[in-house]
Amino acid sequence: MWDGTDQTEARLACDSPRLTHLDRLEAESLHILREVVAECERPVMLYSIGKDSAVMLHLAMKAFYPAKPPFPLLHIASGWDFRAMLEHRDRMARELGLDILVHSNTEAAAAGVNPFDTPLTEYMRLMLTEALKAGLHRYGFTAAFGGGRRDEEKSRAKERIFSFRSAQHRWDPKTQRPELWNLYNARLHKGESLRVFPLSNWTEMDVWRYIRRERIPLPELYFARPRPVVQREGQLIVVDDDRLPLRPGETPVTRTVRFRTLGDYPLTGAMPSTAETVDEIIAEMLTSDRSERQGRVIDRDAAGSMERKKQEGYF
Amino acid sequence: MAPDLLAERSAPPAQAEKSLLRFITCGSVDDGKSTLIGRLLYDSRQLLADQVAALEAESRTVGAQGGALDFALLVDGLSAEREQGITIDVAYRFFETEQRKFIVADTPGHEQYTRNMVTGASTADLAVILVDARKGVLTQTRRHAYLVGLLGVRQAVLAVNKMDLVGFDPAVFEAIRAAFAPFAAEVGLTEVQAIPLSGLAGDNVTAPSPRTPWYEGPALLPYLERVKAGRDPTALPFRFPVQWVNRPDDGFRGFAGQVASGRVQPGDRIRVPRSGQESTVARIVTYDGDLAQAVAGQSVTLTLSDEIDVSRGDMLALAASAPETADQLEATLIWMGEQPLAIGRSYWLKLGTKTVSAQARAITARVNVNTLEAHAAERLAMNEIGRAELVLDQPVAFDAYADNRATGGFILIDRLSNATVAAGLVRQALRRADNIHWQALDVDRAARSTLKGQSPAVLWFTGLSGAGKSTIANLVEKRLHGMGRHTYLLDGDNVRHGLNKDLGFSDADRAENIRRVAEVARLMADAGLIVLVSFISPFRAQRQAARARFEPGDFLEVFVDTPLEEAERRDSKGLYAKARAGEIRDFTGIDSPYEPPLAPEIHVPTLSLAPEAAVEQIVAELELRGKLRAPDRGLDYTI
Repeated sequence: MWDGTDQTEARLACDSPRLTHLDRLEAESLHILREVVAECERPVMLYSIGKDSAVMLHLAMKAFYPAKPPFPLLHIASGWDFRAMLEHRDRMARELGLDILVHSNTEAAAAGVNPFDTPLTEYMRLMLTEALKAGLHRYGFTAAFGGGRRDEEKSRAKERIFSFRSAQHRWDPKTQRPELWNLYNARLHKGESLRVFPLSNWTEMDVWRYIRRERIPLPELYFARPRPVVQREGQLIVVDDDRLPLRPGETPVTRTVRFRTLGDYPLTGAMPSTAETVDEIIAEMLTSDRSERQGRVIDRDAAGSMERKKQEGYF
Repeated sequence: MAPDLLAERSAPPAQAEKSLLRFITCGSVDDGKSTLIGRLLYDSRQLLADQVAALEAESRTVGAQGGALDFALLVDGLSAEREQGITIDVAYRFFETEQRKFIVADTPGHEQYTRNMVTGASTADLAVILVDARKGVLTQTRRHAYLVGLLGVRQAVLAVNKMDLVGFDPAVFEAIRAAFAPFAAEVGLTEVQAIPLSGLAGDNVTAPSPRTPWYEGPALLPYLERVKAGRDPTALPFRFPVQWVNRPDDGFRGFAGQVASGRVQPGDRIRVPRSGQESTVARIVTYDGDLAQAVAGQSVTLTLSDEIDVSRGDMLALAASAPETADQLEATLIWMGEQPLAIGRSYWLKLGTKTVSAQARAITARVNVNTLEAHAAERLAMNEIGRAELVLDQPVAFDAYADNRATGGFILIDRLSNATVAAGLVRQALRRADNIHWQALDVDRAARSTLKGQSPAVLWFTGLSGAGKSTIANLVEKRLHGMGRHTYLLDGDNVRHGLNKDLGFSDADRAENIRRVAEVARLMADAGLIVLVSFISPFRAQRQAARARFEPGDFLEVFVDTPLEEAERRDSKGLYAKARAGEIRDFTGIDSPYEPPLAPEIHVPTLSLAPEAAVEQIVAELELRGKLRAPDRGLDYTI
């Protein structure tokens, strides 16, 4: 039935009429969100304030409309988050009328753990992985939505949408349940939990196109602005507050940059850009030659490191 | 709600909205599947500079192409499988072109990973089946075609890979194409496009290769971009599995779900197949405003004009074309569990949004995926495919999988481990009348007990008169009965009124009494029952003789241990008083000995254990010994 000339008709016949790939991705995500709410005892949405979280939250607003999402949001704050992220978080909670829980590893912070002096892997483990486990445990959550996508990294490509974690929050690639059709198995024993990834089948480009289509509000960090930066190990680090210890010879200079991903400000590299709007970001991405995680200090590690982190419980 | 979220949408540029094609790739470890997918990602410019740099670095260190770009490294994700050099699970890959977004389910071809291929095929519109041009159509090629066909995929690309290694010989390609065609038709692949290509060299991947001037068809990527794939689900009858009842306040009651097939509009008359109740669709509610129509694939919330009983698990349908409901199904099962399918064991069955309890009553066939022949079978182990009759604890609404992939597929979940142990494809409903399709099976003890979902056993209660044997045995039987088990209680007193009316209390008569009871119990066990025998049976030798009549493991001696003083104190029938008075001779414990069991399977000390607790203990023991589920059959029983 191949016909090299008739593309329009082929498109229509392939999918449900009128449903574009974004429509189908959205519908699949709503289905996933609702399945978890229907089958899991205590769901929570991990809200990291980034663009994926923004999309996930928007989908949650849709899935349960006209009701509010019947679960709280949980933000794992390291204490080194960009100020603009915290402002955006509080604004979204206020405007949408949602509960946002914030959990931090205050013990580690009090003990002096910080992104400068603590070895990076240890910092990540304490402030993200351990804080996340403690946060989930504190409220007894049995299922946590995360914004992970399969296109992000090779080990993610095999992650299930309903990803099963042992009582120790460990991910074992060998014991994951097969996922057939759209029939998800959310059954758990006591102490076990699920990580659920409603955006599994989205790509970074899908996320941006959806943000544009739905006009989803984002922290302004995603858009190019003049910002004070220092250059460190090939990364442009924005001096977000006066806690960033400047090294000898370092003087912040103002450059027009934006972020492709958000995390702790001392660990997240910015990129030079003039893209001030979502349209401009998409245009820039179409000609970009760098992948998304390239700006994350945590990921520039040996191959297989993400898999290790996940087995330990990193989201 | 954020004002931003309510703001009017801008009209997106046309190219932002694409169609979506999901396909599965099948091939063995050596067919070059990972390389081909890597090549598609590379050539469709999905890779960015830093990823290409990483690929170059890895190609030099761990690559299998002697330092040249090893595209397979792009897709072999987990370090364990890299070490083994094979892909061991389903991975999902994404790429897009101007026309389409693609989701690729990349599954390994090794035989023991049938489950992965079935998983990947369950959501695929099309299959790309790889063949090594040097090897041609292999057994595994047929297996892959069968599996994707079984899961309802109708279209395939036969990717004849490594054409560069056969000198792009058209005769080789044509021979493979011709060998595959009849088999494809047999397994339901109605449309096959054979393409000669080289994933490694890039021939016919994104553009026609000058090295195959004799081939006039499309290259792989242009074909995938333009093929009309998958059945149009909007043409099927309307099905809407209710996921969640949305009740934000008393004024709103909506049913959230994803339209599985067909389409619906306000005013449509709908029915709940479970109850037969009908109503009319009032609104199709979404966050972006009410819709005039919802079609297959959309996630929406429906409200109805009447207050009828609808809850999660119900499947709404148009009144004029409602699906069947049944509590007995014949289905194809693809077994994925570590433990084989156990006849009579209870599993969770999830179909649509409904979860019910299900047991397999019989396995009617097992399919040899290499020859497609169906054989009679007694068990279904991991990665095996068979047909089974399932009995559900309540009716479900469904369609045959061949008619509707969205409402004819189900999963089975193990109730203990919570593992997903099978994918199921509904073939048809079974009526009560045509329940039993035993094939080539003798009706033996195992068959009889399998039908009852249990294994034969004899609980032999022994102890002094008045020890509490009958009391406890009665309670145990009640409990088992309540659990749906098939039982019979043989009580000493009652048997002496009938079967053993002719026997007295001499040593010989006592021995005959026990022999007869043991023989009756044996027949009953052979019929598949759990038999409870409540007999004083004071002598070890007699109990041993009874035990010898049964298969090992079937005879469970229950010692109801009540000291003589206590039994005599209770003396519920006044027998001890009579014996002490000399009115009864040879009374056990008074003037005839009681030999307590030396190693009873179950010991019930009645002074410290209440009867109810004793029941728990005994039922737990039965459970532990596997008596409350159908017997496991040996491997050698397989035909």
